[in-house]
Amino acid sequence: MFHWLEKNPFFFAVAVFVVIAFAGLVEILPNFAQASRPVVGAKPYSTLELTGRLVYIKNNCNGCHSQLIRPFKSETDRYGHYSLSGEYAYDRPFLWGSKRTGPDLMRVGNYRTTDWHENHMKDPAAVVPGSIMPAYTWLYKNIADVDTAYAEQLTVQKFFAVPYNKELPMADGSKVTVALADTLEGARASALEEAKVVAADMKDQSVKDAVAAGNVPEIVALIAYLNRLK
Amino acid sequence: MENRPLEYDYTVAKLFMYNAIFVGVAGMLAGVILAWQMAFPQFNYILGVNFAEYTNFGRLRAIHTDSVIYGFVLSAVWSSWYYIGQRVLKVSMAESKLLMFVGKAHFWIYMAASVIIVIGLQLGITSSKEYSEFEWPIDAGIVIVWVLWGISIFGLIGIRREKSLYISIWYFIATFLAVAMLHIFNNAEIPTYFASGGIGAWYHSVSMYAGTNDALVQWWFGHNAVAFVLTTPIIAMIYYFLPKESGQAVYSYKLSLLAFWGLMFVYLWAGGHHLLFSTVPDWMQTMGSVFSVVLILPSWGSAVNMLLTMRGEWQQVATSPLIKFMVMASTFYMFSTLEGPIQAIKSVNALAHFTDWIIGHVHDGALGWVGFMVIAAIFHMAPRIFKREIYSRSLMSTQFWIQTLGVILYFTSMWIAGITQGMMWRAHDEYGNLAYSFIDTVVVLHPYFTIRAVGGTLYLVGMFMFAYNMYKTMTSSRVIEESELQNATPMGA
Repeated sequence: MFHWLEKNPFFFAVAVFVVIAFAGLVEILPNFAQASRPVVGAKPYSTLELTGRLVYIKNNCNGCHSQLIRPFKSETDRYGHYSLSGEYAYDRPFLWGSKRTGPDLMRVGNYRTTDWHENHMKDPAAVVPGSIMPAYTWLYKNIADVDTAYAEQLTVQKFFAVPYNKELPMADGSKVTVALADTLEGARASALEEAKVVAADMKDQSVKDAVAAGNVPEIVALIAYLNRLK
Repeated sequence: MENRPLEYDYTVAKLFMYNAIFVGVAGMLAGVILAWQMAFPQFNYILGVNFAEYTNFGRLRAIHTDSVIYGFVLSAVWSSWYYIGQRVLKVSMAESKLLMFVGKAHFWIYMAASVIIVIGLQLGITSSKEYSEFEWPIDAGIVIVWVLWGISIFGLIGIRREKSLYISIWYFIATFLAVAMLHIFNNAEIPTYFASGGIGAWYHSVSMYAGTNDALVQWWFGHNAVAFVLTTPIIAMIYYFLPKESGQAVYSYKLSLLAFWGLMFVYLWAGGHHLLFSTVPDWMQTMGSVFSVVLILPSWGSAVNMLLTMRGEWQQVATSPLIKFMVMASTFYMFSTLEGPIQAIKSVNALAHFTDWIIGHVHDGALGWVGFMVIAAIFHMAPRIFKREIYSRSLMSTQFWIQTLGVILYFTSMWIAGITQGMMWRAHDEYGNLAYSFIDTVVVLHPYFTIRAVGGTLYLVGMFMFAYNMYKTMTSSRVIEESELQNATPMGA
């Protein structure tokens, strides 16, 4: 049979394809239906949070920081409750990372503050002596791309029925609604409102001035994202 | 020995060879900068604080990985394809105007995409998925490049004189099919600009998969991109170049059959070992782990087949630096494909995952196996393409030893670093509290990061020697007669 295949390239290619595609069919497809169901307490990203998530991706934070807490005592001691599949239901793309040059950030919002991030991102070694993380000074100058985040929100709402503007149950029994603006102007305005809350806890005058002038520096969006990781 | 009725046309093989050498040096230079950044963070500001946005670890990392995988290795793979394909199918590219045009278009569109990719990554335009960072316009461009290569493969096969496909062709076909499948599924994404009616960045997209599903697809891709870019085409190369260079027949046809079909079936299951102890279902993790161990068989099948091809001719390892590169490549392949399955065992993975041991594993495979085989392939092809002998045997030999030392420093330091860090993360004191804060586990790695950077730098020095040797070979070494092109590649002192 193999001699015959080697003289018949078409059937050879078909045979190879069947053999390599088999694993994907058995292993990956069956899981799709259930794995993306959100847990109680999961909620979609607000406009500013998603803007911050794009800043996180743009700077490849996931190259050095994981967002996946494995079910070991040493990890739950250090980072909090181990990760659940449903917590990632609104993560497109997933940001688990594959390397911990720095610590896991899955629940960093539980134990770091706006103030801490502001100082740390400016000069990591000053906050954590011995740190090998570079300073991210440009985040304080660059203006974040709120528009693209809003476009992404509209896209996931439309194609994946992500529940914006809907009441969602939280773990403590309360209800939360994540608002999504009808217009781009509305989205910019709501992102700015969120940004003002973050900037109020910051000290950098140029960042405060930028927010007062109606702009959102990348650092503000990034901190909004990090603060919501819980 | 080489009885050639045909004159083959190496126009496209040459183009890809130039690019492989250039990007090999550039991509590894980026890697060396990254290595020094981890040992000494000041290297993040190598062009000053104002340019740190473009020179920091995060931005450079994808440029390094993508340029060595898709620049250096893929170019060398394609150079080899445009060389081997004609020879084993006994047909010249010059016989078909269409295939020649397709080959050139393949190269130039690929080059255009490569330039755009580097600029984009430098600006921070990325989808975040490892080894698949490109946004949708580039993903579409990659499809075009891939289809052109497919036309080249099946076009050349269509007009072949030798009816039976040689082993190397099996592996090229497998590479083509598998990467096409993986690329399309992993990059299923929706452009947000069009979906939202023209808001935001036009190149941005959002993944079709969320969370755990996205991770599953990504590591099904990520693991098998390694398989089908860094393994199968490299096996295609060694199956051709080692027998040619040594003048020995492949040891066993049956073993090559077993290894090929075994690898095809088993490899795709093993992606789950990147997701052990994650939120993907347990049975999938177990499958990933088990199939990773099974994977030793087909991997060693190819490697053993290559080493036994040298039976009775081991003195060639001592006399020819080119054979040294290939035998060392095979050895590192065995080494790396034993190490990988060990890391895929759940209890080992619990320690090794997220640490530098994984980085060490990647590099003993990439530098020792893939890098050495690519270098050997180019050394073998160049005299036959440019009709000049290799400029310097002693330079080649020195390069071999410097690079071997570099790889050894690299993986040994990363083993120690990874296992040290993994042990420190899990250490508890007598009261059951964590023994070390995270930063303790970073500071302790400094000496190993430094050794790794030295190892990487040595390998890069070898790449510069290689580039110089090749430059001289192409331009000014002694012109050789057709009759000199027997098995062993002719080399100057």
